[in-house]
Amino acid sequence: MSAPAATVAALAKGLAAGEYSSVELTRAYLERIAAAQPALNAFVTITSEAALAAAAAADAARAKSQTGRLTGVPIAHKDIFCTEGIRTTCGSKMLANFVSPYDASVVAGLRGAGTVMLGKLNMDEFAMGSSNETSFFGAVHNPWDTTMVPGGSSGGSAASVAARIVPAATATDTGGSIRQPAALCGVTGIKPTYGRCSRYGMIAFASSLDQAGLITVSAEDAALLLGPMSGFDPRDSTSVERAVPDYTTTLGDSLEGLTIGLVKEFFDKGLDATNEQRIRDAIAVFEKLGARAREVSCPHLPLSVPTYYVVAPAECSSNLARFDGVRFGHRCESPKNLLDLYCRSRGEGFGAEVKRRIMTGTYVLSAGYYDAYYLKAQRVRQLISADFAQAFQSCDLLFGPTSPTPAFAIGAKFDDPITMYLNDIYTIGANLAGLPGMSIPCGFVDGLPVGLQILGPHFSEARMLNAAHRYQQETDWHLRVPAAFA
Amino acid sequence: MSLSRADIENIARLARLELTEAEIPVYVDSLSKIFAFVGELDRAPTSGIAPMAHPLPGLAQRLRTDEVREPNCRDTYQQNAPQVEAGLYLVPKVIE
Repeated sequence: MSAPAATVAALAKGLAAGEYSSVELTRAYLERIAAAQPALNAFVTITSEAALAAAAAADAARAKSQTGRLTGVPIAHKDIFCTEGIRTTCGSKMLANFVSPYDASVVAGLRGAGTVMLGKLNMDEFAMGSSNETSFFGAVHNPWDTTMVPGGSSGGSAASVAARIVPAATATDTGGSIRQPAALCGVTGIKPTYGRCSRYGMIAFASSLDQAGLITVSAEDAALLLGPMSGFDPRDSTSVERAVPDYTTTLGDSLEGLTIGLVKEFFDKGLDATNEQRIRDAIAVFEKLGARAREVSCPHLPLSVPTYYVVAPAECSSNLARFDGVRFGHRCESPKNLLDLYCRSRGEGFGAEVKRRIMTGTYVLSAGYYDAYYLKAQRVRQLISADFAQAFQSCDLLFGPTSPTPAFAIGAKFDDPITMYLNDIYTIGANLAGLPGMSIPCGFVDGLPVGLQILGPHFSEARMLNAAHRYQQETDWHLRVPAAFA
Repeated sequence: MSLSRADIENIARLARLELTEAEIPVYVDSLSKIFAFVGELDRAPTSGIAPMAHPLPGLAQRLRTDEVREPNCRDTYQQNAPQVEAGLYLVPKVIE
C-alpha cells in the first residue's frame, strides 16, 4: 500500500476497520520517509526495525481485542525526547553517540497508548533556533519550498507532518518552537500549559519555559494525542497535579458567545500586511461561527523578546553545565588536565548558537550583572504575565499571527542573531506566562503557509482545541499538502 | 553596550568553553548586539514588582519522603561514558 495522506483520526478508524494492518501502514510511512529524506532531512534517526516490531505487536494486540484509540498509529518524536536504547542527539555533536538508558515520560505515555515510533526528528541544536539551521545534522527544508526554512526548533516535526511522511509528531516549545514551525509549514501545533506534560526525559533548555506538545494535521488529531502525553508525573518537580480531560469530547462545542481578544501589540508594524489579511480573514470565520472579537492591549508584550533573551540563556547556561565530557557526551582527545577536558569538550561539542546562549546566560548571572539583567528580566516577566491575566478578564481566547512573515530563505537570517530572535516576537509571551498556545493554518502568501495563533488561560487546552476544530470544519487550509509530496 | 575581547574571554572562561581565535571576534560582535538589544528592558519601570521565577506562581514545591526509591543503574549509565574503569569515571589526574 502507499501511505495515505490522512489524519491520525482517519488512520485510527482504518486500523479499527481492518482496512490495513499497522505493519502495512508503518511500512508505507517508512517508505515515504526514506523517499523524502534527501529533500527534507527531517529525520536524524529512522528506527525501521523497532517500528515494524512495535507495529506487529500492535496488530497482535488488535487480534486479541486489546486495543485503544491509537493502537498501531505511527508517529515520530522530536530528538529532544529520550528513547530507551535509541540514540537521542538533541541535534548536537555533543550527544551524537548518546543512547538513552530510559524513555521520556511523554514517549512512554504515547507508547502506552499504542502508538508506533517511526524515528527521531531533526531539530535546532538543543532546541535553540527558529529556522532549524543550527542542527549538527544539517538544516531541515520546508516541504512547500525546499529553499526555505521550516522554522524551528521543531523543524523536523513540522516539515515531516506537512509532507505527510508521518501522521503526527511530538515537539517542544520554549519560545515558540512548536507554533512558529507549525505556521511556516502549514500544520497544526499545540504547546500546552506549562506543567501539563512531564519534562522528565525531555532534554532541558530553559526549565521554567520548556513544554512538550504536538505537531499534527488537525486539531482533532492533537486532541487524540494530547491526553496520553499529559498528566501528573512525580519525576518532574514542576508537573501539575490536575486531572486530564478527554479533549476529544468537547471538540464540537458551539463557539456562540466566545469572546476573542485581538491583541493590539500583535498587529504591529513588524507584521507583514498580506500575512495580516489572512489572520483577519480567519477571524471573520470565527465571527461567523458565533464568536465576538474585541481589541485588547498587552502593553508590556513588546518587551517579551528582550526578557526572553535574558531568562532563557540564564537557564540554558545552568542546564548545559552538565555536559562536561565525563559521564556522557562528547569528550575531546588527549586532555592535558581536567580544566582542558571541560573547556575543549564543550568548545568542540557545542555549536555556535548554543555557545552564544551559554555565554549570554553566564554573563547575566555573573557577579555584578545579576540584578541589572536577570532580576530585571524576571520583573518584566511578571508585568507581561499580568497583562495576559488582565486580558483574560474580558476575553476567553486571544488571537493574533504566529509569526511576522511566512517562511524565509535558508541562510537569510543565519548570521544576525537579533533578526533571527525577532521571529518569535509573537510566540514568546505565552512561554513567559506559562500559557497554552496553538498555531493553525489559515491561508497562504505567495504559496507559503500562514499561521493563526490562539492563546488561552492556563489549562484551557480543551477550549482552544474546540475553537481550532470548529474553524477546521469550516476551512480546508489544514488539509492542503505540498504538491511535491501529495 | 559594547563588550571587549577581554570580556568575551572572561565569559568563556566562566562558562568553561574553549573558543577558537576565529570565534572570539564573532562573539564580541554578537554579544554586544544582544546586550544592546536587551537594554530595552531599562525602559520598563519595575520598582515594587516581584521577580517572577516560575510561570505558575501558585504552585508549591513538592517534597517526597526520604526513602530509597531508585535502583542502582550505574552499569547502564556508564555505557554512555567516554572512559570508565572498574565502575569509575576516569578523568585526567587532578592532584599532582
